Amino acid sequence: MSNGTLLVLGGRSDIGLATARAFAAAGWDVQLAARDAATLEPEARDIALRHGVTATCHEMDATDLDSHAAFYDALSPFPQVVVCAVGALGDQARDEADVASATAVMRANFEGPASLLAHAANRMEGSGTSTIVGISSVAGDRGRASNYIYGSAKAGFTAYLSGLRNRMTGKGVHVVTVKPGFVATRMTEGMDLPPALTATPEALGQAIFTAVAKQRDVVYVKPIWRLVMAVIRAIPEALFKKMSI
Amino acid sequence: MRRELSGWGRVPRTDCAVIAPRDEAALRAAIATGPVIARGNGRAYGDAATQSRGTIEMRHFNRLLAFDPETGQVEAEAGVLLADLIEAFLPRGWFPWVTPGTKFVTLGGAIAADVHGKNHRRDGAFRSCLDWVEVMQQDGSVVRAEPGDDLFEWTVGGMGLTGVILRAGLRLRPVSTGWIRQQMVPAPDLATAMEVFERDTGTYAVAWFDCLGQGASLGRSLVMLGDHATPEDLGEAQRAAPFNIPRRRRLKVPMDAPAFALNRFTLKAFNALYWRAGLRKAGESLVDWDSYFYPLDTIDEWNRIYGRPGFAQFQCVLPLATARPGLEALLKAISASGQGSFLAVLKRLGAQESRFSFPMEGYTLALDFPVSPKALQLLERLDAITVDHGGRFYLAKDSRLRSDTLRASDPRVGAFVEMRETGPRYRFASGQSERIGI
Repeated sequence: MSNGTLLVLGGRSDIGLATARAFAAAGWDVQLAARDAATLEPEARDIALRHGVTATCHEMDATDLDSHAAFYDALSPFPQVVVCAVGALGDQARDEADVASATAVMRANFEGPASLLAHAANRMEGSGTSTIVGISSVAGDRGRASNYIYGSAKAGFTAYLSGLRNRMTGKGVHVVTVKPGFVATRMTEGMDLPPALTATPEALGQAIFTAVAKQRDVVYVKPIWRLVMAVIRAIPEALFKKMSI
Repeated sequence: MRRELSGWGRVPRTDCAVIAPRDEAALRAAIATGPVIARGNGRAYGDAATQSRGTIEMRHFNRLLAFDPETGQVEAEAGVLLADLIEAFLPRGWFPWVTPGTKFVTLGGAIAADVHGKNHRRDGAFRSCLDWVEVMQQDGSVVRAEPGDDLFEWTVGGMGLTGVILRAGLRLRPVSTGWIRQQMVPAPDLATAMEVFERDTGTYAVAWFDCLGQGASLGRSLVMLGDHATPEDLGEAQRAAPFNIPRRRRLKVPMDAPAFALNRFTLKAFNALYWRAGLRKAGESLVDWDSYFYPLDTIDEWNRIYGRPGFAQFQCVLPLATARPGLEALLKAISASGQGSFLAVLKRLGAQESRFSFPMEGYTLALDFPVSPKALQLLERLDAITVDHGGRFYLAKDSRLRSDTLRASDPRVGAFVEMRETGPRYRFASGQSERIGI
């Protein structure tokens, strides 16, 4: 895979930054897009100093759908790879009681990312070889009482990526769906995660780089998750609805 | 969140409240709850970077801030590893001025322990490549200090007890290849090894020795001298890419070794083999930087070879005048106890003026022992011999020194404690500082 420019949507997230570092280590220039982009300057400078590449910061609000077209208009150069690491875990208990906060979670995990990637895909179509990477979640593989608001938005995003891949195949745009299990990030800080099922952001960044290079379709970062989710999906609904997992 | 932490020696283990702040505001809030101690990559051997009431992990402060390709000056946050600096800047012709035996130490840790390398005699300790440090003090203020400032002088070698080291400006060394020209000199006894050290040795010098040797072979050692190679020293293929070195396979110790794996007999066999291998390699050779400076870094978690009980490092420095009899007394005590050490390392240190750092002109000896009641007895004996010969101890390696032994070895302790009384004591303390009363 020859070097080009990577755009990370959600460039402040641990996974987004780790992905930027993995690409920069291979000589790619990186664009970090997030709210309050100016506060990301130290990260961009660090990446540029370590790897001798160009690293820039770009103001982007994933939940402000009307701003997305202008965001891409201002990007120069236009990237060959776009990684969407936008997302918010929410608070299941709060989101059950407060419907407005639930729809905000859905917007942050589905509407916003889908809109951002729609604009990217339309611009990439017919422009040569490019790749879109969407970071979804195993939580979208089956709705569970403990996190179905976040999970349902991720399920929507997973289906969106699947459809986009189907549409773009043969049009020079490859779409990768990444389904990390647990990742030790700011989002999960303080949670008691089982080490065998938990990946580091660095491992994820490297896995995403490899997935782009090898044109993978769906990536579970820790292979064990493919098995775990296959089992969870196979449980009959009559039984599943009584379980607490 | 609470977690069990220890140093590289794996003892003592302490249940610690662990905080990993992501910005200065969060760090300030953590300090306000003190006592706390900052922790880098956990490579100090004992309890220098654990505090049950608040251990602050600095891993999120790991950014490079600036680099001047003309002068080799770097500005970086304290959580940056020497490995990061090498990865980023060696391909551009720069290497750390001073490096300890592992590249997996943070800048903050290197400054707090004022680490030294195989070039101390020529280039001094880590202090000598520092332009400035920035420290968050007990009141939450961030102060930049330069050589000569009280804060700088107490912070370098101050074991994190003046505040949390946040950032530093330092100089790298220009190098034209990633290779070291090594000269291996076998020395049949201690006197010969010391003669080699006293000659003009080049930039780097270190000796491995067999501490099970007795009688005439007491202090039998392999002295390894080294200098940065120039492109002319390299073969044609290497010269084409002078900073590319063969990637070493990383090994991992998968589990704790059983307690019986290391004993007098296996150690004796290991030492004999190592000595013979050294004899075969005597003379000049080219060694890549990673194998030369960091032979153990390819073995992940090598500290597990000592098994669950963990191990204790012993490192002292003896002044030049008493080094010879002192080293002989130490080696005899070890040999008599029958407790060998896998890693027995001797280095010549140069003169150094500093408020609280470890180095002084003389010889430094580093050993490690699996922890056992017998080993602890031997270590007490080694402490006493060191004090009798006017030597002192390296706090970065220590996990078991007694407060009175420290005071008997180092008259600078009084002034250090006095400095602590002006404020830092109320906010910064480690397991070690509480144990040895500093």
